[in-house]
Amino acid sequence: MRFLSPSTLQEALEAKAEHPGAVPITGGTDVMVELNFDKRRPDLLLDLTRVAELGRWEADGEGRTRLGAAVPYSRIIAELPALAPGLAKASRTVASPQIRNRGTVGGNLGGASPAGDALPPLLATDALVELASVRGTRTVRARDYFLSFRTTARRDDELITAVVLPAPAGPQHFAKIGTRNAMVIAVTSFALALDTRGRTVGTGIGSAGPTPLRAEAAEDFLAGEIDWDSPAPLPEAAVRRFGELVAAAARPIDDQRGSAAYRRHALSVMARRTLTWSITDYRKEAACA
Amino acid sequence: MRVNINVNGQNVTADDVWAGESLLYVLRERLGLPGSKNACEQGECGSCTVYLDDVTVCSCMVAAGQAEGRSVRTVEGLAQGAGKGGDRPLNSVQQAFLDAGAVQCGFCTPGLLVQTDDLLDRTVGAGLPAPTDPEIREALAGNLCRCTGYEKILDAVRLAADRLADTDNAGSNA
Ligand SMILES: Cc1cc2nc3c(=O)[nH]c(=O)nc-3n(C[C@H](O)[C@H](O)[C@H](O)COP(=O)(O)OP(=O)(O)OC[C@H]3O[C@@H](n4cnc5c(N)ncnc54)[C@H](O)[C@@H]3O)c2cc1C
Ligand code: FES
Ligand code: FES
Repeated sequence: MRFLSPSTLQEALEAKAEHPGAVPITGGTDVMVELNFDKRRPDLLLDLTRVAELGRWEADGEGRTRLGAAVPYSRIIAELPALAPGLAKASRTVASPQIRNRGTVGGNLGGASPAGDALPPLLATDALVELASVRGTRTVRARDYFLSFRTTARRDDELITAVVLPAPAGPQHFAKIGTRNAMVIAVTSFALALDTRGRTVGTGIGSAGPTPLRAEAAEDFLAGEIDWDSPAPLPEAAVRRFGELVAAAARPIDDQRGSAAYRRHALSVMARRTLTWSITDYRKEAACA
Repeated sequence: MRVNINVNGQNVTADDVWAGESLLYVLRERLGLPGSKNACEQGECGSCTVYLDDVTVCSCMVAAGQAEGRSVRTVEGLAQGAGKGGDRPLNSVQQAFLDAGAVQCGFCTPGLLVQTDDLLDRTVGAGLPAPTDPEIREALAGNLCRCTGYEKILDAVRLAADRLADTDNAGSNA
């Protein structure tokens, strides 16, 4: 096994083009587990922690935030609660402080586990994933990035360079179920984002299907129920219906972390809760405006 | 491969490092610093916690090559002054763990010391109030202890915070 630690993106992309089988390593919080337990023996480890531009974020002038793939969760929590509220809330639930100091959204997207906590907020906010290779750079909607279990739109010669987060235009919330507050892979999780300008609703379901999922029928239903001109609490029947539609969009399995039935139930509860929080926030914002 | 790291203030070199080796392995097996413990090798227990540059990390989750040219501070680097191991005066966090009876088998202790040192550095050390109990629990959520039941550990963190706040006050009054 060889170890390469390029200091520029160009060098990193050239190395990935030359060795498509190279395993990128950023925070290492997934890769090192596999190496320590002999589950993976790549010919080449490609360290991305020295590529400065991957470790930065910037606002693009139109309210969007371009978040470098190697910015660790602890910095997202500290620096982006206003620009990326949903992602910052989800980041707070990842593992422990030591892991959040290393783990990154690039690594979460690279591993593409259906339980990745950064992923539902990316779906809910319609974020873009930026993929680069020596052939050029392209962006893919997070909503089109996950193809099947741990399979993504990223090609072998590509690296994830950033995610582009739209300007928040309404409340964003995240909820996660696990056996304790810290250090748990989600039994299931849910992200909700209201776009009060575009009058649309975004959702993301984690750990209840082969990939992170959207609940499109629930999004359309809720967009039609909210009074966007003067937001009011929703009738209980509508809140319940939203929960049912989210649960129905999941494709969970029974495993050691929870049963499919429990996951569906938990999703309907989290959907109702995040909706209630969001409408409360929305009414507060509307009252102040 | 060869890896150069500044460990506890000294530039050191490890040779014949395998590309997939962890920083924890390098510290323990190649640099003679067995303070950081290996209890899980999967980021779950925090007993291998060290400072990498200025943030705490699980050293079992860092590839050795990622530490090249960086600075690392281990539990061995917490005690002040010159000398070896037990000859050196303990820092406030270490002393508080002993005084509060927060050490039983001791396997979790090095990681807890480093993580507590960081917590207190960012709070009382930065002129902010002592951490609340929920803040202490949150900061130590990634450090597992199978012996103490955590109560004595919380006592130790509060004791260290009090003592550090007192020294800081004494310092600024003087
Ligand atoms: C104790 C523990 C607890 C955890 N708890 C959680 C949790 O609560 N929630 C959660 O979501 N995850 C959790 N994880 C998993 C892990 O921390 C996250 O998936 C994290 O986001 C991975 O980021 P990383 O930078 O460490 O990835 P790495 O380990 O460096 O990489 C992960 C994968 O992505 C690839 N990759 C990395 N960067 C890039 C890039 N720029 N381009 C292309 N591919 C890339 C790697 O090759 C690898 O396949 C936990 C892990 C541990 C050890
Ligand atoms: S040995 Fe590193 S976290 Fe347990
Ligand atoms: S004292 Fe034994 S594990 Fe904590």
